[in-house]
Amino acid sequence: MALDIKTNALDQRRQTFAHIARRLGEDRPASRYEEATFDLQPGGAHHYRPTWDPAHELYDASRTGIVLADWYVLKDPRQFYYGTYTIARARMMEAAEKALSFVEKRNGFAAIAPEWQDTIRFYLLPLRHVEWGANMNACSITDLGFGAAITQATMFTATDRLGIAQIIGRIGLIAGGGQALDEGKRVWMDAPEWQPMRRLVEDSLVISDWFEMFVAQFLALDGLLYPLVYDLFDLAGQAHGASSLSMMTEFMVDWRDEVTRWIDAVLRATARESDANRDHLGRWFAHWEQRAAEALAPLATRVLGEAGIDALAGLRGELAKRAAGLGIPVGQ
Amino acid sequence: MTTTTTQSPRAKKLGIKERYSYLTRGLDWEPSYQPREKIFPYTDYEGIRIHDWDKFEDPFRLTMDAYWKFQAEKERRLYAVIDSFAQNNGQMNVTDARYINALKIFLTAVSPLEYAAHRSYAHVGRHFDGVGPRIACQMQAIDELRHAQTQIHTISHFNKFFDGLHDPWHMFSRVWYLSVPKSFFEDAMSAGPFEFLTAISFSFEYVLTSLLFVPFMSGAAYNGDMATVTFGFSAQSDESRHMTLGLEIIKFMLEQDEGNVPIVQKWIDKWFWRGYRLLSIVAMMMDYMLPKKIMSWKEAWEIYFEQGGGALFTDLARYGIRLPKYHEIASAEKDHYSHQAWSTFYQYTHAAAFHTWLPDAGEEAWMREKYPESYDRLYAPRYAHWGAEADEGKRFYNNGLPQLCQVCQVPAFFTEANDPTRISLRTCEHEGEHYHFCSDGCRDIFLDEPEKYVQAWLPVHQIYQGNCGGATVPEVLDWYHLNGGADNLDYKGSPDEALWQSWQASKAGTGT
Repeated sequence: MALDIKTNALDQRRQTFAHIARRLGEDRPASRYEEATFDLQPGGAHHYRPTWDPAHELYDASRTGIVLADWYVLKDPRQFYYGTYTIARARMMEAAEKALSFVEKRNGFAAIAPEWQDTIRFYLLPLRHVEWGANMNACSITDLGFGAAITQATMFTATDRLGIAQIIGRIGLIAGGGQALDEGKRVWMDAPEWQPMRRLVEDSLVISDWFEMFVAQFLALDGLLYPLVYDLFDLAGQAHGASSLSMMTEFMVDWRDEVTRWIDAVLRATARESDANRDHLGRWFAHWEQRAAEALAPLATRVLGEAGIDALAGLRGELAKRAAGLGIPVGQ
Repeated sequence: MTTTTTQSPRAKKLGIKERYSYLTRGLDWEPSYQPREKIFPYTDYEGIRIHDWDKFEDPFRLTMDAYWKFQAEKERRLYAVIDSFAQNNGQMNVTDARYINALKIFLTAVSPLEYAAHRSYAHVGRHFDGVGPRIACQMQAIDELRHAQTQIHTISHFNKFFDGLHDPWHMFSRVWYLSVPKSFFEDAMSAGPFEFLTAISFSFEYVLTSLLFVPFMSGAAYNGDMATVTFGFSAQSDESRHMTLGLEIIKFMLEQDEGNVPIVQKWIDKWFWRGYRLLSIVAMMMDYMLPKKIMSWKEAWEIYFEQGGGALFTDLARYGIRLPKYHEIASAEKDHYSHQAWSTFYQYTHAAAFHTWLPDAGEEAWMREKYPESYDRLYAPRYAHWGAEADEGKRFYNNGLPQLCQVCQVPAFFTEANDPTRISLRTCEHEGEHYHFCSDGCRDIFLDEPEKYVQAWLPVHQIYQGNCGGATVPEVLDWYHLNGGADNLDYKGSPDEALWQSWQASKAGTGT
């Protein structure tokens, strides 16, 4: 039975802001995501050209080859604005926190076969530097990108990647203290298996077209790296008693599943718009996917042995299928 | 195989500082496949010399896990209040509907700056060489997005009832007086990373924030706006982090190299004056627009700048930093600042997206008490004259377009510091063109970087050049998306006033 509490019902002059109503086609109640996102980046004339990039305006759509009639088609299917974003991440982190303390308290890492512990330290700990590179790239897109829809989502991705780098750091501390992280960094800097990856990350930092950076980082590199490391390497670890590691990296698996929805929505909307956009996306994907595969090959071999190359080839096939499904020309 | 451990050693517990250092600073590496200066191209051109980025002391040791946790908790609480405010029609409990005009200024002039800060901190958060400042700036970048969005969500409810709040982003980019905050922030954004931090983190967030952010939030508290003041409290801990960053970056630059001192001093001089001019609108809001007043602009200036700022600069003296140039002019103007700004908006009320009014008898008594040197002598007679004209049906509107300052873009209405009856005007010639300024402070800023300020998009010039919708006032107002007869003109007779009176009547049980 429902109770009927009488409230003051007042006439409203309007349901939402005018710029939102123009986008919705009528004045009707808008979602918090819509009010927090649409047209937030200032339009109109800007006063001064940036001294650090005098060839462009402060906000300038021509910083990328991609052309969209309306940059707010790049909506986030997760509907993340700051509040929903932080609340979602706090929940995920609470679970990760439990897993980390569980493993630490029970010394779960020590239960993993010793030689596989070495393998984990070798493949996982340097990844925090890859994440740090991804953080810088996401931050760079937030700086140079166009429209609040894409740049707010990349801001959230920037802090996500810092957070993931720090989770890997904490796994490292559990798996061998500060020494293990120092060693992970040494491997990142010097181990031959890691050098193609470090070269790729450093090259990605200086990509001048921010949308190309988006494709290189989020589709090409992450699209192969995440399934290779968090699915295939993890699966291989099960035979060595590495279930405690799976618990500690569950955050990354959940995060990948969630963030893929956003990445795919952005790419699908961009590809849909024009042949010219599809052409750019196809070219960028071909180039950076090849680079990512080359950079991951020595790691796949190191961790999975001879099966590594085939496994990587399988992932490349799946990624190509995913890209094609988004409307990106693949393999032409 | 590069690791040799075969037994997993039970990790030794690290101290908080060491742990933080591993989890953040340890992430960075010295690149070798790309030159460092290509990855970080912007930290050299301003002339600031940094010898050791590791000497930067992280102002707050926050890792992302803690950040998500604290911030999510704050968001949950804030949105609960916003929802409950809307459900219970909290807007009916403000002191008076005239208060809403302060919110109109806040949403159109301040919230867009939060957004601009979000993007510019992402810029410096990517480009500082040092990990410490990079992470601190990134956290501020996402915080500023929070502030822009929570302000929208808070004020969204007021927009459903009151005029002037309906198209804030459009107005920010077009309406004449909003070019003051817009050009202010774009000036900072278009500068190099060190000047940006001096401008926003130090001069704005540290030195002047008590005179900008705080008056709006205290104004909300004093005037029964529980939604906005809850936002203010919720943002408080973010703001303290930002202030700490401001002080830390200044000390870092000053400690790194003696050659940095004169550069930093020049920026402090510039951004003090830039920020001070921006505050003219806050001064007017404090003295005229809050039905229940917190303190006068003059008192706020004395407490927060003359005393608070004085102590800060005494502390910075050991680095060779002195008080900002022209601070004495600002102090000399404190008896006049708010009155001259309000008088200007009163005359141009037809072209503004908020209402104006003349102070009533109770407010005049307050003015006399707070401004014994100036109010009765200079401003009360002016209001009496305008009031009499209005009573005769000849309400005064200024139909000329004002001369704008080339730098701060405020109409040239400020008077000489030593003579409040004479308008302060300065000029200079640059490459055959004449430029006009409101003050020596603004003229100095121009002369130091004329190639920047000649680019200014001055609203009045743009109207005359035909770039603002047409040659007549109604055409320009249309282009602004300003609803004539609702958003603008006197509060008296406005739809806002009529709505407020109908609510008051219904509360008293006399209405329908």
